[in-house]
Amino acid sequence: MKAVVSVIGKDSIGIIASVSGCCAEFGANITEITQSVLDEYFAMIMIVDISKMNKPFSDFVDAMAELGKKSGLEIRAMHQDIFDAMHRI
Amino acid sequence: MLNTRDILETINMIREENLDVRTVTAGISLFDCVADDNKRLCEKIYDKITKTAENLVPVASSIEKEIGIPIVNKRISVTPISLVCGNATPDDCVEIARTLDRAAATVGVNFIGGYGALVQKGMTKGSEALIDSIPDALAETNIVCSSVNVASTKAGINMDAVAKMGRIIKETAAKTADRDAIGCAKLVVFANVPEDNPFMAGAFHGIGESDCAINVGVSGPGVVAKAIERAGNVSFGELSDVIKKTAFKITRVGQLVAYEASKRLGIPYGIVDLSLAPTPAIGDSVAHILEAMGLEVCGTHGTTAALMMLNDAVKKGGVMASSHVGGLSGAFIPVSEDAGMIHAAEIGELSIEKLEAMTAVCSVGLDMIAIPGDTTAETISALIADEIAIGVANTKTTAVRVIPAPGKTVGDSVEFGGLLGYAPIMPLRTPSSAAFIARGGRIPAPIHSLKN
Repeated sequence: MKAVVSVIGKDSIGIIASVSGCCAEFGANITEITQSVLDEYFAMIMIVDISKMNKPFSDFVDAMAELGKKSGLEIRAMHQDIFDAMHRI
Repeated sequence: MLNTRDILETINMIREENLDVRTVTAGISLFDCVADDNKRLCEKIYDKITKTAENLVPVASSIEKEIGIPIVNKRISVTPISLVCGNATPDDCVEIARTLDRAAATVGVNFIGGYGALVQKGMTKGSEALIDSIPDALAETNIVCSSVNVASTKAGINMDAVAKMGRIIKETAAKTADRDAIGCAKLVVFANVPEDNPFMAGAFHGIGESDCAINVGVSGPGVVAKAIERAGNVSFGELSDVIKKTAFKITRVGQLVAYEASKRLGIPYGIVDLSLAPTPAIGDSVAHILEAMGLEVCGTHGTTAALMMLNDAVKKGGVMASSHVGGLSGAFIPVSEDAGMIHAAEIGELSIEKLEAMTAVCSVGLDMIAIPGDTTAETISALIADEIAIGVANTKTTAVRVIPAPGKTVGDSVEFGGLLGYAPIMPLRTPSSAAFIARGGRIPAPIHSLKN
């Protein structure tokens, strides 16, 4: 089971560190990271393995949203199912 | 493997283009609640609903959170009450409406539908009592929705019921006059009503349905409008492809939500309703889709053709994305719930006649239209008869949900807030239709209903 963590917002120092720290806390294993910086905006997409998480996935969603709020970024964790449903036949 | 472009496309649809699942509706049969005493009937209805739908809201909320898509409404539809109320009086029926309201509030849903009757061919005593109770029931409850099916292609048009519904709509307006006649926003008159529709005000759980079912209504007018804008100046064939691809993606999300909700609740999956349902929010308008196709304002010449193509492409794209499609499945054109429709009506470019023509090529009908408060019951009945005739002759669903706002006239507006939005009062024709409506009886079924 995988999930997608997306981070969108103004570029600042330590974004990847704080998001990956949160993943580690929940036992979510990062398998892939892509990022781009367009002007001062930052977009990062992280694929994480959530099959060995130590807390419910919904808590992880909340924690990521909370982290986003604190750092002035939009951070979402979404289950892989929605992307598979929309983009795979 | 997921690729970045696909991921960003999905996130963008949710962030910027108002993609959401409009409703997860649990259909619940009340046939096993039938009792010879109204008090006992109400108790059984309350228990059945609160037990069956106990986890609906928490489960829908957890799906919403995990897959990251808003599920705007959680709803319940029940067996038409006229079929379970037996020998009830109108007062008994109002008591049942209060019970539905209370049960729905207990489980925390946004609306409960099914306070209605199927009278396309004739009225039973129970149906008549229920219809007579509608004005009081809608005035005394908050989230109960009512629908009455007055015609079908098989049965023809029950003009006695059409005449009665004109009076009922007027009474409902009068009883909720202090709230801009909001009762009428929760009352819809149908032809060829679908029995598995998850959308309000017309949702009910049909007689051929299982004990309970999960039906999901998708949405996404904003996503379609943006896709059309991005496609630029392409021909109609290419435009149709753009809409189909977008509808496919939107519907797949609906299918995923329906599947998950069904699995987690242990309730069978019924259907996904492939509708484009607008909201009053900017960027969530069906009218703006038509305008993105090249019309200056929705309602001008070309609108019916644009809507026909949109409706058809949405179905073609959506039907491949879901194992069971049902309900209304088409574009909705409720005036008060669509920012583009509201604007077009306000500047006088969208007339009621054009809306009537548009309903011949989409779902559902003359929807959420505010009309002058002094409109007679007979004129409302005639308006219903016209709209219903389109459905009966074309073997499709049509419906009427109009709001004759007491004390208001052309130039005024009504305001309901939330998803119901606001609407300018639209002018109607003034010559009388009273003698036509007074004839009574049934308009016979059209010849093409005889298919056997």
